[in-house]
Amino acid sequence: MTEYLIEAHNLTRQFGRRRERVTAVDDVSLGISEGEVLCLVGESGCGKTTTGKLLAGLLKPSSGRIRYQGQDVWTQDKESFRKYRLGVQIIHQDPYASLNPSHTVHQILSAPLLHHNLVNGRRQARERVVELLQIVDLTPVEDFLTKYPHQLSGGQRQRVSVARALTVNPSFIVADEAVSMVDVSIRVSLLKMLSRLRMQLGVTFLFITHDLALAKFFAWEGRIAVMYVGSVVELTSTPELINNAQHPYTKALLAAVPEADPNLTRRKKPITLRSQDIPSLRNLPPGCRFHPRCPLFEEGLCDRVAPKLKSVGENGHQVACHRVTG
Amino acid sequence: MASNTAAANGLSRFLSDLGHSFRIFLRNLTRNKVGFVGTLMILGFIFLAFIMPYFVPAPHKADITKIYERPSREHLLGTDSQGKDIWAQIVHGGRDIVVMAFLTGMIATFIGVSLGSLSAVIGGPLDSFLTTLADVWLTIPRFPLLAVLAGLITLNNIITLALILAVLSWAGLYRAIRAQVFSIKERDYIEAATALGLGLRHIIFSEILPNMMAYIAINFTLAMTAAIYAQVGLVFLGLVPLTRNWGVMINLAWTQGAIFFRDSIYFIMAPVVAIALFQLSIVWMSRSLEEIFNPRLRAGR
Repeated sequence: MTEYLIEAHNLTRQFGRRRERVTAVDDVSLGISEGEVLCLVGESGCGKTTTGKLLAGLLKPSSGRIRYQGQDVWTQDKESFRKYRLGVQIIHQDPYASLNPSHTVHQILSAPLLHHNLVNGRRQARERVVELLQIVDLTPVEDFLTKYPHQLSGGQRQRVSVARALTVNPSFIVADEAVSMVDVSIRVSLLKMLSRLRMQLGVTFLFITHDLALAKFFAWEGRIAVMYVGSVVELTSTPELINNAQHPYTKALLAAVPEADPNLTRRKKPITLRSQDIPSLRNLPPGCRFHPRCPLFEEGLCDRVAPKLKSVGENGHQVACHRVTG
Repeated sequence: MASNTAAANGLSRFLSDLGHSFRIFLRNLTRNKVGFVGTLMILGFIFLAFIMPYFVPAPHKADITKIYERPSREHLLGTDSQGKDIWAQIVHGGRDIVVMAFLTGMIATFIGVSLGSLSAVIGGPLDSFLTTLADVWLTIPRFPLLAVLAGLITLNNIITLALILAVLSWAGLYRAIRAQVFSIKERDYIEAATALGLGLRHIIFSEILPNMMAYIAINFTLAMTAAIYAQVGLVFLGLVPLTRNWGVMINLAWTQGAIFFRDSIYFIMAPVVAIALFQLSIVWMSRSLEEIFNPRLRAGR
């Protein structure tokens, strides 16, 4: 068994009490090796962000375990937890909400450096801040040090967020829809910067997105996990998933991705689902969560038993579907 | 020599930085015209209450020959029922009011901010307890309670009075601050600070509080105005034996039947107008405070 940097075992998270209770993440297990990039793809509300926050230790799991560098995150001692806390960082989706409006860029970046004694004094902190801003391509640095977040564009803010995450030298970064709220024209350069960080600093990424095209671009050498209503339905390497998707939901997603060429898009055959409605988290269908929409639905099986992730074919291609057999 | 020039350079840069931030401060202060006028008026009241008494002799002597005189060069605001100069009474009666207003505002804000943020950040039983207590507290009619308290405690100095007024007004402020902290603590940048392991103290004082400064400043001024009305009310009813104070002037004018004489209009109106103008200047000043504490304006556009 390969050693993972961070892994989740039967991770479950519920919100609310009694009748209001919803299960946002249901029995998710996955592992990410050092230096790898894993993409989490799915519709909004399927539990991607919750999974990311659980892995980043910002939410406690209702049940299940998270192990970081082989240690159980929520039962380890204080010192190890601190190592985990700083080793795992998150980049938020909304660059307009993730920076404190009353601090300058320099204050935002130097606070963690000084708090954790990662630098010796203010002078060194400033040097490190300059270095970080160069890493995230915010140059000339002098133009940005004294700026407040409201004076920056969305893309620039997102770069500051990335620089802030890098202050504590993390080994694992959860990028929660990190580029979905910036202009399309800036997306690619942001993604390239993140890829560069991955190469240069050897940072492991969990890249959360709803856009399969982005996942394909960012994680070509990595893996993609497709989530549907709280659980992972398909998990495999990116090229395999794009070219040889097995789960009917993944197939439907792939068929729905628009192509730049309108002729190509028009010729694409959409997969007809039996229903367009995503089930409510309050009222989940029995058995396979996808069965009310699934074109491969088989009565008596799919609406009775929930399928587990199982390997099909080689290369660890995992699918959770009764009708797909390897 | 070289180090001397370096030091001189450093000093001049420091001074120019200081000048720069002062200019920004002034620009924000003057951005809102109404706020700027309010601030000037506050400064005027402070001057009136603390500096003027050195130039205007205290109105000790009564003079029966000069009862209820109209304003003249000798008596700027005329005289009262005992022939004392009203302007001199205004000058000497402002200090208590101003000191007490600031003191009460400070203490009340301190209590409100600390309890409110603790309650919102820690939550759980502490939050439920404080919220319930505040709800009950708000139903107590404050002024009658004050009147009863005045009978039990000798409120003969402004510090005790300020403390009591502040403690009595904690509940409203507490609820306002608590709600504000609740809304800020859910923002992404607080979560990012948690992920960076910056600790509770940093999160409260460096991440949450700076974003509430404008709000706190406004609540501070509201607490001040409430304190002034409470104090003047108590003094007017004769429950607080403070000497020489605008409230005392109203009380004296009232008890000596000023409302029955047309001539005594200056006697009763002078303290009333002084109090009203002071209140107005505080409310106006809060507009400037809002601009100063807004980070979007702090660095200029």
